[in-house]
Amino acid sequence: MGCAMFSIPNPMLEVRNLKVRYPQRDGRVIEAVRGVSFSLGRERLGIVGESGSGKSQTGRAIMGLSSPGARIEAEALSFDGKDLLHMDAASRRHLRGSRLAMILQDPKYSLNPVMRIGAQIVETLRTHRRVSGAEATARMLASLREVGIDDAERVARLYPHEVSGGMGQRVMIAMMTICEPELLIADEPTSALDVTVQLQVLAVLDRLVRERGMGLIFVSHDLRLVSTFCDRILIMYAGRVVETLASGRLHEAQHPYTRGLLDCLPRLEEPRHPLPTLQREESWR
Amino acid sequence: MRFKESWQLFARNRLALVGLALVGLLVLIALLAPWLAPFDPTQGDLQTTRLLAPSAAHWMGTDEQGRDILSRLIWGSRITLFIVVLVAVMAAPLGLLVGAAAGFFGGWVDGLLMRLTDIFLAFPRLILALALAAALGPGIENAVLAIALTAWPPYARLARAETLSIRQADYIAAVQLAGASNARILLRHIMPLALPSLIVRVTLDMAGIILTAAGLGFLGLGAQPPSPEWGAMIAGGRAFVLDQWWVAAGPGAAIFVVSLAFNLLGDGLRDVLDPKSDA
Amino acid sequence: MMLKVEGLQVRFGDFTAVHALNLEVSEGQSFGLVGESGSGKSTVLRAICGLLKPVAGTVQIGGDAALPLSRRVQMIFQDPYGSLHPRQTVDSMLAEPLAIHGLHDADRRVREMLDAVALGQAFRHRYPHELSGGQRQRVAIARALMLEPQLLLLDEPTSALDASVQAEVLNLLDSLRRARGLSYLMVSHDLAVVTHLCSRVMVMQRGREVETLASSDLAAGRVRLPYTEELMRAAKGFVPQQGSDQP
Repeated sequence: MGCAMFSIPNPMLEVRNLKVRYPQRDGRVIEAVRGVSFSLGRERLGIVGESGSGKSQTGRAIMGLSSPGARIEAEALSFDGKDLLHMDAASRRHLRGSRLAMILQDPKYSLNPVMRIGAQIVETLRTHRRVSGAEATARMLASLREVGIDDAERVARLYPHEVSGGMGQRVMIAMMTICEPELLIADEPTSALDVTVQLQVLAVLDRLVRERGMGLIFVSHDLRLVSTFCDRILIMYAGRVVETLASGRLHEAQHPYTRGLLDCLPRLEEPRHPLPTLQREESWR
Repeated sequence: MRFKESWQLFARNRLALVGLALVGLLVLIALLAPWLAPFDPTQGDLQTTRLLAPSAAHWMGTDEQGRDILSRLIWGSRITLFIVVLVAVMAAPLGLLVGAAAGFFGGWVDGLLMRLTDIFLAFPRLILALALAAALGPGIENAVLAIALTAWPPYARLARAETLSIRQADYIAAVQLAGASNARILLRHIMPLALPSLIVRVTLDMAGIILTAAGLGFLGLGAQPPSPEWGAMIAGGRAFVLDQWWVAAGPGAAIFVVSLAFNLLGDGLRDVLDPKSDA
Repeated sequence: MMLKVEGLQVRFGDFTAVHALNLEVSEGQSFGLVGESGSGKSTVLRAICGLLKPVAGTVQIGGDAALPLSRRVQMIFQDPYGSLHPRQTVDSMLAEPLAIHGLHDADRRVREMLDAVALGQAFRHRYPHELSGGQRQRVAIARALMLEPQLLLLDEPTSALDASVQAEVLNLLDSLRRARGLSYLMVSHDLAVVTHLCSRVMVMQRGREVETLASSDLAAGRVRLPYTEELMRAAKGFVPQQGSDQP
């Protein structure tokens, strides 16, 4: 179980039987991703799983940002027809930031703490595009306004630790989308934020993805949130995709893990004491 | 079980194993000195055995008093070990206690203890040793005291830095909530966590301690003749270094090897004991 | 009355984290504090158990007045990876509170407590880094209960856990409370979790109380103030904007 529900003509991203392994010094091999396959067009794909499911490792393998020591194999891993797996490092770097971008969980750790916000965004832009200093600054300010930061000039002069979590995440989105990538991978982009702020950041993401026609991979542990935001959802468990669902169809989930995951969450409208718990089966692995 | 994992991690570093082996060898030589040394380290025949080159009979030659250098090196290892162990045993716990207390209590306690640390930090070891020698007379015990008194301040600084970050942790709050006294928290919870960095630092310092002791010995402030302290031996060999190079080279090589050994060991320990590598 | 807080004010330098807060928890009751970051909810917990000193206000904790505070109130922390001492075994962590208070029979008590939190006896000699997040949290619960306090303060006890593990820990907390007649004061940002475990909930914002209501009212949407409504709406997830082509 792990093939896409329907085939997409000319997919932007094609992943077939992706495996990510970490060989250990004592001979063991940790298999973080064990054969994941999917295609992505200009749509929103959610990848949901708990810790250890391999969801983040999948996103990082696509970006080429796995930790050192990772062995990545796949029958196919291509973006816009280009083979990512056997691409040289320079071409990979060229793709990253300009056509493929990634947003991480906590802006505290993913923004450079010793560079002003504006300077970081300009640096990203000038790495991939030939623009003059003035043009770069203008585009940087525009990108901040695109993500809903109205006083862009003031914020551009701040350091990352001087802005709140929600603002930091918007800055991160601005920085990663300034070169207008075609595919955006968001790894738990709202998990470190308050609920009300989460929705604001998601609204920003929603607008950008809609207006620019970007493909989006949204990696999260929050099944309910992902189902309200994405078109399709992959449920991952122990490195494999156990189920694929269209977002409006959560209640039609077949796999016992998905059902278990949905059931075990406390529901505001429907108190259940005790909560049903997940009984893990070896057969799910 | 943790020890086994730690050992495996340590053993992967071949240079660290070399360091450990050499230190082990030093200890062994010191323990077995009476049986290993071919000659008496303090007896020499000025007429027949003075300044002999290395040969089958005297592997490292003889010095200006006719004494076998190899035997003196072997017996001298005891002195080296004595100095290093005593300094570590005196300076490290003192530094740990002062630093952890300063970091834990903060406020005026921190201020007072850190200023005290600064005062001792201001003394260069040799100057302090000179002062002690002038006051108490020369001798190996006074040299050790002098070195220890100047070695503890960096350990206090290190312990304080570690304590400041440990203090914030929830597990400290939890044991405070259980009603633990400050002494218990400091001794049983904080200090054991600050210990690994300190051990690494002390091990790396040992090379410096040996060299300082050698320097003191060279100046005549450490072990007194006819004691075969390695630094004093170099001092004695100074006059003959051109023609009878072996008199100074022997102890010089010994100091070099032992310093290197402690450095390699300390590097290896750091990889294993660094708390950041724990889950 | 298990807990009575009046006029609590906590300051960090110039910044007032908690302004004149009042709350009451009766015996056997489970009370929730809900709010976003910066609401001061965790600060309230720490001020109640004495980890922080309030600048004003009183805190009265019920139970046998002859017993020291540590035997009447205990706390469970949010981060299971930071609340257990990395160099202590489970056994020594659980036995320590007993040793501090001179309580004997440590072996039996530790064994019983491990059973009560559904951890096998084999866990006694493990170190925290050998335990999963859920297991660590169980140890934290066991540790908190060793001194048999009547009041437990819970600081987001499940927010760092996976959903499936969260359900198990919530069930455990529920059953322990019923079995031992404990009172809980629980802090969370998650409305569903807080209403699951608590019968009364106070919504906080920027160090002040917004409103206090029964969980059943909150669940049914019978809320008075707009901030509470906003929290409830946010809990439902993302709603696409008008004019989008979302299905």
